[in-house]
Amino acid sequence: VTNSAPSMINLIGSESDSQRTLYPYVTGTSVVGIKYKDGILLAADMGGSYGSTLRYKTVERLKTVGKHSIIGASGEISDFQEIMRNLDELILYDNMWDDGNSLGPKEVHNYLTRMMYNRRNKFNPLWNSLVLGGVKNGQKYLGTVSMIGVHYEDNHVATGFGNHLARPLLRDEWHADMTFEEGVKLLEKCMRVLLYRDRSAVNKLQIAKITEEGVTISQPYALKTFWNFSAFQNPTAGAEGSW
Amino acid sequence: MFRNQYDTDVTTWSPAGRLFQVEYAMEAVKQGSAAIGLRSKTRVVLACVNKSTSELSSHQKKIFKVDDHIGVAIAGLTADGRVLSRYLRNECINYSYTYESPLPIGRLVVQLADKAQVCTQRSWKRPYGVGLLVGGLDESGAHLYYNCPSGNYFEYEAFAIGSRSQAAKTYLERKFETFKDSSRDNLIKDALFALRETLQGEKLTSSVCTIAVVGVGEAFQILNQETVQGLINEFEIVGEELPPADEAAPPEQGSGAESGPSAAEQGAAPMDI
Repeated sequence: VTNSAPSMINLIGSESDSQRTLYPYVTGTSVVGIKYKDGILLAADMGGSYGSTLRYKTVERLKTVGKHSIIGASGEISDFQEIMRNLDELILYDNMWDDGNSLGPKEVHNYLTRMMYNRRNKFNPLWNSLVLGGVKNGQKYLGTVSMIGVHYEDNHVATGFGNHLARPLLRDEWHADMTFEEGVKLLEKCMRVLLYRDRSAVNKLQIAKITEEGVTISQPYALKTFWNFSAFQNPTAGAEGSW
Repeated sequence: MFRNQYDTDVTTWSPAGRLFQVEYAMEAVKQGSAAIGLRSKTRVVLACVNKSTSELSSHQKKIFKVDDHIGVAIAGLTADGRVLSRYLRNECINYSYTYESPLPIGRLVVQLADKAQVCTQRSWKRPYGVGLLVGGLDESGAHLYYNCPSGNYFEYEAFAIGSRSQAAKTYLERKFETFKDSSRDNLIKDALFALRETLQGEKLTSSVCTIAVVGVGEAFQILNQETVQGLINEFEIVGEELPPADEAAPPEQGSGAESGPSAAEQGAAPMDI
């Protein structure tokens, strides 16, 4: 059996490495999501990094999925585009039934989980961490899936750096039935910390809201930042010669 | 129906535009023992008559659980029915695995119908010789469907298939308007009454029939024999006694015969003899 047999292609050898994903190229950074009184709020910036270069600044990383769900993606942008093609087709076929039944956020989340896990098993992952949120029949749903198929639901989720910087803030300050204004304020606080501390963050973000009524994705906007903290002045004062 | 020169292959049309093999398959359904389904807004009841070949054997299984929210009752070639039940269960379980959510019954019956249609358009296949009453739930509540060997499917408030099903259908036609908001017990009661119609004088006991229920918040289950017998007794659904010409009839027959006519007036449709 040669190394080019279909079942062997993804498994071994440098020749077959060109057939599967080894590392990401254009990537998005954190996505943060919370449940609030009327539904779900998702936030993500519009950056697409090319390694350490902040190359693309109008990448929409938050998208709607059918009537009841929104998705936010971090990781390889081209893989996210592929995922969106799949999801759009899924929703299309679901709509074509035209029978009063529709795929809700739980169903979409599980479908995504199957997709991500099956790709992982073939050693050819979709290099993304996804946040999936939605409301159906009054039930709020917020979940996440990683590139290896790890999936779970919670009241607040984040991907990448957001797990380290935003989740602690959310654990302290999130509570059930926040108002829209409270939710946005909390998300902006998280995004601001990420902007200060994540080198791949850019100051241009969108917030997506989904309720029983429908989806709104905000126009891009920037957060106000403050750099005159005394700790930022003369940062090398304690270590001459460093930068 | 009579034999004719267009009925050998399922892929041969008759000049009148009929596919006789498909129609013969539907005949097979009519030969099977009766199966009945009825539904309210939130619940479906399936009931069927158990026929066994002899007293020594067990009876054919005619009601199958497909998933927690769907069940089927079959009439016709039970082997075909078993195979199709396995297909239905497989589809449900695959959908549940992918979406963590129950497959809406409306979509399942379409898949089943499309599968049956394939057999009406391949020269190397034959139509399935079984009719299925599929009862279950989707987002809008409880539904009852009938899937034919022809590949057609229809939604019903209530329906009956198999031998002597017309008697049950007559009963159901009279009463179906009350089913929508019926309670669980009344729905089962109506199913038992409809089932009795198909027995043509035989006594209705729980050994002769099988009842199953599925509803919103109630997983599909086949009721056990004691429960069914209890319900039969409660609703006083007994078959009409044998005609007085039977000399071996015990003395109680006298009083039985008197109450017989009044029981018939109460709600049972007169039977075709």
